[in-house]
Amino acid sequence: MTTIITLITAAVTFGTVLMYGTLGEILTEKSGNLNLGVEGIMYMGGAFGLAGAFYYEKAAGAAVSGPLAIIIAIAAAFAAGMAASAIYSFITVTLRANQNVTGLALSIFGTGIGQFVGEFMRVSEGGYVALSNDLKGVFSAQVFPKFLVDIPVIGSILFSHTIFFYLAIAVAVLMYLFLAKTRYGMYLTAVGESPSTSDAAGINITKYKYLATVIGGGISAIGGMVYIMTTAGCVWNHEGLSGVGWLAVALVIFCMWRPLNAIWGSVLFGAMMIMYLRVSIPFIPTEIYKILPYIVTVIVLILTSMRNSRDRQPPASLGLNYFREER
Amino acid sequence: MSGTENRTPLIRLAKRSEMPPRTIWAIRVASIIVALILGCIPMILTGNSPIEAYGVILKGSVSRPIYLKQTIKIAIPLLGCALAIAPCFKMRFWNIGAEGQITMGAVAATYFALFWVGKVPHVALLAIMFLAGAVAGGIWGLIPAYFKARWNTNETLFTLMMNYIAIGIVAWLQGGPWEGRKGSQLIPMFNDAARLPQVFGVHCGWIIVLVLVVIMHIYMTRTKQGYEIAVIGDSVNTARYAGMNVGWIIMRTMFISGAICGIVGFIIVSGANFTLYKGVANGVGFTSITVAWLSQLNSFAMIVISMILAILEKGANTLQTRMQVPASIADIITGILLFCMLSCEFFINYSLIFRHKVKEEAKA
Repeated sequence: MTTIITLITAAVTFGTVLMYGTLGEILTEKSGNLNLGVEGIMYMGGAFGLAGAFYYEKAAGAAVSGPLAIIIAIAAAFAAGMAASAIYSFITVTLRANQNVTGLALSIFGTGIGQFVGEFMRVSEGGYVALSNDLKGVFSAQVFPKFLVDIPVIGSILFSHTIFFYLAIAVAVLMYLFLAKTRYGMYLTAVGESPSTSDAAGINITKYKYLATVIGGGISAIGGMVYIMTTAGCVWNHEGLSGVGWLAVALVIFCMWRPLNAIWGSVLFGAMMIMYLRVSIPFIPTEIYKILPYIVTVIVLILTSMRNSRDRQPPASLGLNYFREER
Repeated sequence: MSGTENRTPLIRLAKRSEMPPRTIWAIRVASIIVALILGCIPMILTGNSPIEAYGVILKGSVSRPIYLKQTIKIAIPLLGCALAIAPCFKMRFWNIGAEGQITMGAVAATYFALFWVGKVPHVALLAIMFLAGAVAGGIWGLIPAYFKARWNTNETLFTLMMNYIAIGIVAWLQGGPWEGRKGSQLIPMFNDAARLPQVFGVHCGWIIVLVLVVIMHIYMTRTKQGYEIAVIGDSVNTARYAGMNVGWIIMRTMFISGAICGIVGFIIVSGANFTLYKGVANGVGFTSITVAWLSQLNSFAMIVISMILAILEKGANTLQTRMQVPASIADIITGILLFCMLSCEFFINYSLIFRHKVKEEAKA
């Protein structure tokens, strides 16, 4: 029983990272933009989020405030993600370049920038970049009062997580409400489904595509920051982050472009990512066990393509650029 | 008059008709120069002189024969892999699984290098390793292609996941069945019989890839199969109406592509590393996408571009030790190169029409 509970809490920790990445990409893809640069965006979010918190603590010294550090880290990551996806939007929406290749370019560019910033901080600060232990504690602190966490079973499953998990759920719910209940959400969906129809209806396609992609990129970037600040222990660690962005892109398909599905979907994948550490299966070597999430992703991709039902489709214009004069 | 003037947007776009090839290539070369200039920004921000940095990159990669040989060694797999990716991209099949196909080719070649050494003569062993690498890489590429052809499964993510699976398999072999000394987590070094001979100081992989350049160029421009690939890339429906079996062509092309990646894997283990480890592909699969795209899928242009990127990569390592600039600057510049190349296509395909220009036309 305790094994299952620790597995679930660990799954939530890792799932939170995936959830931001997935939610951001859902918003992006709703506008018809297939941004394959999530990997790069999350690297940038991780590096800039760490940089934000680190230089803030350096500047503030003893007067450092925990909540402010969290806000700065989120803002820095969000800004980095927005900048990265602004490049993507400019090249694909305004200059109409191929979305696949632009996304791959952003992946290469973003991982480069993330590494560069992480390494540069390490070199310029003389070997080791880490927050003080107090501030580290703030990032991985539980938000709910102790008596709630102490409730057997439910306490640790529901109330023992960091602020970032609850924030991610809030983002998911807000995104669901935005897409399903507001006029602008409907417009955005319409843009992704049929840009030419939306254009004829007087919706500003370019504006919606830009905004959705840029904000989506910002949300994805927070995921990278959360990984660095919680799982990696506030130290730049690119190895753990590699592949996470790509899993997030796959999760979007798994979640059928629905924000609420992203909540349980990412926790499930989070569980698969860390299961080899918690639950040992006899006769299966660890290294083979580690590739489980990728095998499951492949199976999910195959199954979703085989099922092919009408209400589980990607936005109809996904991956295609819109050029009014070309109709 | 004023009413119509307000309705005309400041800048309009129009599709350009044919542009002379010389102008097109001039624009592309210009975009590479712009990219190199933009690459100065991170250097300036970190307090380094870009001119000095580019100088160090050039010096560290081509100034001495030994550096040049190392640079060529980096360029060989990039070129080979770009050749493999080109037909897929031409077909609009987004194969980003070259990394995994290289790895699986390397695994198959390593199997024969480890267990068949001494049983067959030197040349025969190398030939077997070459074939094994090609077949294993081809099969690894064929799996996603089959599902793409049958159920239209998303190939971008499928090929990508196959990378992680291949790397995981090598990690397992490294620490398990093929481990050399117990606990070392390393596969033993190859016997001399399983190593590629050197020609002019560099392993003969460069001859293999140069031959492949010519073969791929002929395949893509002079054969029926190359033509079919081009038609599918332009329009799948046109290909269907013309009676082509699209699924079969996708699978055939992916097998060829994977096979070439597998050969690259064989070249890497047998020519450069002499052993197998999980980082055997080392990002080549991704960088070669850049090579393929920057050279507009033109086989001969790939030779130049793969050398440029190899110079960047080799030089960036020197840069890191000399000037403390992180070597990932190479990735950043590569990314910027791609961005610029993608953007410049816009100016080749479309022309901008400004409002005042229209007025002049109206007057005339």
